[in-house]
Amino acid sequence: MPPRSPLLSGGQAWDEEYKPMDLSYNETQGMLRETLARFLADTYDFESRKKMLASPTGRDPGIWKAIATELGLTCAPFAEEHGGMGGGALENMIMMEEFGKVIAIEPWLQTVVIGGGALKHAGGALAEATIPAIISGDAIIAFAYAEPQGRYNLADIGTTAKADGGGYVLNGHKGVVYAAPWATHLLVTARTGGGRRDRAGVELFLIEANRPGITRRDYPTVDGFMASEVYFENVAIPGEALLTGGIDLIERVVDEATVAVCAEASGIARTMVNQTVEYTKQRKQFGQPIAKFQVLAHRMSDMFVEAEQVSSMALMGTLKLDEPADVRKAAVSMAKAKVGRSLKFVGQNAIQTHGGIGITMELGIGHYFKRGTMIEGQFGSIDHHLERFEALSYPA
Amino acid sequence: MDIDFSPEDLAFRDEVRTFIAENYPADLRGKQDEGDELSKEDFLSWHRILHKKGWVAPAWPVEYGGTGWTATQRFIWSEETSRADCIRLMPFGLSMVGPVIYTFGTPEQKAQFLPRILSGDDWWCQGYSEPGAGSDLASLRTKAERDGDHYVVNGQKTWTTMAQHADWGFFLVRTDPDVKQQEGISFLLIDMKTPGIEVRPIITLGGEHEVNEVFLDNVRVPVSNRVYEENKGWTCAKFLLAHERTGIAGVAGSKRGIEKIKEIATTEMDGDKPLLSNPFFRRKVAELEMDLTALEYTELRTLAGEAAGKGPGPESSVLKIKGSEIQQRITELALEAAGHYGAPYFRGFGEGDNEHPIGPDWAHRTAPSYFNVRKTTIYGGSNEVQRQIIAKMVLGL
Repeated sequence: MPPRSPLLSGGQAWDEEYKPMDLSYNETQGMLRETLARFLADTYDFESRKKMLASPTGRDPGIWKAIATELGLTCAPFAEEHGGMGGGALENMIMMEEFGKVIAIEPWLQTVVIGGGALKHAGGALAEATIPAIISGDAIIAFAYAEPQGRYNLADIGTTAKADGGGYVLNGHKGVVYAAPWATHLLVTARTGGGRRDRAGVELFLIEANRPGITRRDYPTVDGFMASEVYFENVAIPGEALLTGGIDLIERVVDEATVAVCAEASGIARTMVNQTVEYTKQRKQFGQPIAKFQVLAHRMSDMFVEAEQVSSMALMGTLKLDEPADVRKAAVSMAKAKVGRSLKFVGQNAIQTHGGIGITMELGIGHYFKRGTMIEGQFGSIDHHLERFEALSYPA
Repeated sequence: MDIDFSPEDLAFRDEVRTFIAENYPADLRGKQDEGDELSKEDFLSWHRILHKKGWVAPAWPVEYGGTGWTATQRFIWSEETSRADCIRLMPFGLSMVGPVIYTFGTPEQKAQFLPRILSGDDWWCQGYSEPGAGSDLASLRTKAERDGDHYVVNGQKTWTTMAQHADWGFFLVRTDPDVKQQEGISFLLIDMKTPGIEVRPIITLGGEHEVNEVFLDNVRVPVSNRVYEENKGWTCAKFLLAHERTGIAGVAGSKRGIEKIKEIATTEMDGDKPLLSNPFFRRKVAELEMDLTALEYTELRTLAGEAAGKGPGPESSVLKIKGSEIQQRITELALEAAGHYGAPYFRGFGEGDNEHPIGPDWAHRTAPSYFNVRKTTIYGGSNEVQRQIIAKMVLGL
């Protein structure tokens, strides 16, 4: 007997009472999508985005404020007790897909999916205090988890949180912290005990971004965001900053973030296919639109096929997020590895099919390609996720 | 058949190694190590050193300033310059227009231009592609009309690499609009300082200014600056494209690229082991090396054929296709090795700015290189065009 994949042993069980599968979105979810799509169509055209990126802060804070207050979208994935609409991962998926379609640089991933997710799961007073601030658009959270030596191992952490009286003292260096220059809060992973790669002793803290002892080196990223190297030097934080759950909580939150970027990738891949098709219908060489060349038509068909796989895997991963940890991890890793491959195929071929103009800053397609390329590595490369999927599904 | 180097070749190799070690400019090496953007002077510094030594144009016939090296010696030269990570000399004069001029030019043109190409006194650019003429180059519309002993040139060129530094450009222009496309094109040498020429930058995805648009508005060019016969410019263009394609295999450069990946993956850690010990990563590097070796021997066979008086024919399309794909895969692996540190965008060292890039020294160049090198399957005749050439000219389809 071949080993059974946890994907098959979890979730769908055929011996349960039959009920037809439903993959449709409800009316509220449809409205959410439409509201955000319409707003982004007005605010995120090519020129406006370019202007935002070139501005001193690298963003337009009014847009985030509008998404939170005027459109009221930030409440979608939160429970009613926290002032939310009672949604969850599906709502995040819808939002991320729409953000992907315009390659938005809004901090939804960091603030709502990651920060909000960690708070939801940990609960307690910190959640009660902070989630309303996320919903109102006042709190922006950046996730300081990666370290220069750690690659994609979430437990490879040198940053320390040393117990001190009722609180902790943080010391260490976090790398490539997306959205840190904009953040009011930092969600930090740090070690309260154990050796450098031990799972035990890794904890999650939510702290104000301006605590004494925190310094940053800010920079733009190749995909249009702002990020920082964040240094902690004897940063005193209260005991209440700890979100209980340890590495298990961190892994869960990162899995949620991983499927969220898969959803973003779905919006990006779809848009790259559409833009390539449009371009080849306009672009004429050898006396005809280049779309007429079968070699390009078939290539674009393959791109379409791959973009569909991205959407499917984003959905699959999202639907598995509340399964037992091993099922969830295997599903998310499978999704991310596949999304990485498909996205690479779509992106590289989109550029190739556009020709020289695809490599310039002048057309949108190159900017989609850049963000797509960064998603390939975000929260783990193709190899990393295949390895994690194999380890869980094909135990030695 | 003998693949080993002779004692003479080995001695030559040692001579080359010593020369490079003793003469390669130290500040240029420093800039390369820092991943700094290179200036015109940086490119020219190595060029001038080689010119002084008489080694700047190994491929040229001796009578025009070539070295008279055998094919093996030229191979050794390109191996050694890559091994030592010397910059590639700008190809527009040395590898492109130079050979066109000594093959098709008048004695006056040879005397005027060839020495200044060798010395580096003239920086050349290539005016081929147009907004509406990319893969379908023969559909170009920039026109040149006769007015006495001048042509008056009007039109627009694009993707003109390093035109911002150029003293001269070689241009394909339409001199007869009423015949079959390929039969109405002429090859003109244009002084880039002529009134009516405007060069505008195009910024590429990594933030680089390499390519430009060139606008020509009533630019007057002496008829004596036309190479070969009027309306026979396509012959020069085809000759040059075939020439460009052999160099485009980039074997030596890719060898160095793979070495760099190995160096990086030996120091970069993946948990408690070097990244190169990761079987998935290592497999990709090994596959690259395998494909590069296949390309190298394909190139050697092409060179041997050339030495025997054949080609370079349509087979050079094989070199273009595989060479460009390998170059891209190298940048892909480097980006992968960078992990999180592929993301920071480092704008380079501004005046008085000596801030260190984010992450490992090499990492900040990985994403821009990956984006930039997507060009290799597009330029020099896109790989789609190369496949068409193979289908038509080799397979007879």
